Amino acid sequence: MIKPLDNRAWLLVLPVFAVVAFSAALPVMTVVNYSVQDTFGNNQFFWNGVGWFQDLLDPSKELGGRFFDSLWRNLLFSAIILAIEVPLGIVVALSMPREGWTVALCLVLMALPLLIPWNVVGTIWQVFARGDIGLLGWSINRLGIDYNYVSSPLAAWTTIVVMDVWHWTSLVALLCYAGLKSIPDAYYQAARIDGASRWAVFRTIQLPKMRRVLLIAVLLRFMDSFMIYTEPFVLTGGGPGNATTFLSIDLVKLALGQFDLGKAGAMSLVYNLIILAVCWVFYTVMTNVDADSTRAEA
Amino acid sequence: MARITLDRLAHSYLPDPRGPEEYAVKEVHHVWDQGGAYALLGPSGCGKTTLLNIISGLVRPTRGRILFDDRDVTDLSTEARNIAQVFQFPVVYDTMTVRENLAFPLKNRRVPREAVAKRVDEIARLLDLTRVLERKARNLSADLKQKISLGRGLVRPDVAAILFDEPLTVIDPHLKWQLRSTLKELHRALDLTMIYVTHDQTEALTFADKVVVMHDGAVVQTGTPEELFARPAHTFVGHFIGSPGMNVLPCRVEGRTAFVREQAIALDQTYPMLGDGKRIELGIRPEFAELGPPGTGFPVRVRRVDDLGRARIARVDMGGYQLTASIPESLTEVGGDASLRLDARHVHIYADGHLVTGQGRP
Repeated sequence: MIKPLDNRAWLLVLPVFAVVAFSAALPVMTVVNYSVQDTFGNNQFFWNGVGWFQDLLDPSKELGGRFFDSLWRNLLFSAIILAIEVPLGIVVALSMPREGWTVALCLVLMALPLLIPWNVVGTIWQVFARGDIGLLGWSINRLGIDYNYVSSPLAAWTTIVVMDVWHWTSLVALLCYAGLKSIPDAYYQAARIDGASRWAVFRTIQLPKMRRVLLIAVLLRFMDSFMIYTEPFVLTGGGPGNATTFLSIDLVKLALGQFDLGKAGAMSLVYNLIILAVCWVFYTVMTNVDADSTRAEA
Repeated sequence: MARITLDRLAHSYLPDPRGPEEYAVKEVHHVWDQGGAYALLGPSGCGKTTLLNIISGLVRPTRGRILFDDRDVTDLSTEARNIAQVFQFPVVYDTMTVRENLAFPLKNRRVPREAVAKRVDEIARLLDLTRVLERKARNLSADLKQKISLGRGLVRPDVAAILFDEPLTVIDPHLKWQLRSTLKELHRALDLTMIYVTHDQTEALTFADKVVVMHDGAVVQTGTPEELFARPAHTFVGHFIGSPGMNVLPCRVEGRTAFVREQAIALDQTYPMLGDGKRIELGIRPEFAELGPPGTGFPVRVRRVDDLGRARIARVDMGGYQLTASIPESLTEVGGDASLRLDARHVHIYADGHLVTGQGRP
């Protein structure tokens, strides 16, 4: 096949470059600009070099201390919800019906939480978990368990984790369901003939075939939970104390609460780099898996 | 190791079948002998895969019973039936090595480890898989994967039968021959009942000792390849087996003569029991309808001559009917007008599609 090469084609991409420059590149450069300066208000800025970055990455400093606290909190949160949502999503996908009218019903019900705006989810759970008027909080307290997400860090964490599981498990389940649907019947028939147990069918057929969608699910859920802001902000506002102050909440406190633009600029850049690095790792893994499976099919 | 009996079996995919046309498999009564190599031959959609799945237990028949020897297994699950089946497209367990794939059916049945290793090595040797035994199954080519599927079917030494559902579909033509003869050798070496489903007559006729021809959900004939060729029990078998297929012409029979239009064709038998109101047809294979120079038989017009390399086939027109005929080597000039000689011993009479046995063969 002849591929005509013409450098004038670049002109066609120019408008996109312009839009991206104004919507992404310029704002990022503003943040970079802030991150190397200090200000005492009144629009007066002073050069600070890499000072904020040194502070940020040094846990013994005030800024570094709170940054690493939020980072570990955030990583712990991501680990917990992944550990719950991925296995739970697989179980839900496995128990969903394969055919008949119940399929459509299940899919719609599962998709419902995904359609609710983040802050509405936060509000729903804020009310739901309240000890005085919330059904959940009230019931738990009536059972004799002391539960108050405003004062107890454990209760706050539990509520946020349960809320996230409620909100996002169906995404994992739907992705897994799609993966399961793509397995030809012959595999199940062959497994029956080979005398494979239910567990062996899962381990040798279903799990390997779900590998790709599971990777996507883990990537999406990790990214989303690592950048979580709205729901905990609405539910707990980062409290009690700093117990549920995740990175993005901390960043907003720093930038818009304290108006420390330089520190916030440095923090958002590092935050951004972490996300980019994780994305890159996932991307590499996923393309390797793809290349592997296309080679297998060839 | 068993004789498999299909006892008045019928299956419909509809929950409440009414007429016979709603059955995917119409009443089938058949016995598969232990150690036989069978082919189940028929066009796509004739019910052969359904019949296979009924035998393996993946599908439960609507009516009738399946017996392994004298044991009724109709209600037994696939696992409990001890049947191996190889599917049309290769099924391999991606995460396992070839060795683990082959050992899987045995491992699931808790066969001792040494016995598994011995059997896997044996099957791998028979299928020529020894050199890839330790490789992951997922990155192998389609024909190697299908060999693994075959191997998983063959690895259990005690199966009642091995069922093959068009197993060579994905295999390259030049490997097909090789794999088919491998299967044939395996059949001899392992003394297993094998049932081989295919729509390819060459595959069926070369693999099987006995061919079961299915048409439209029913078994129309069971026999050796020679029987299917020499005495097709149904006009469909005549069409389907042989290339080109049998000529079938509407006719009228009086005594030892059949009339196609006004052309009188001599028969070597009489058919007193034809009955009234049936569709009477005459069948003759092209191999027994020989073209000759004009004036030596029934006058025909030659429409076309196909040279198949080892033989020439003429498409001729006899009184408005299209026929195929063979051209003897001695006949070098084939013009527009020619004549046709039919070998009376190979002329068959069919009533409503079914072969009628004549009387008084001299």
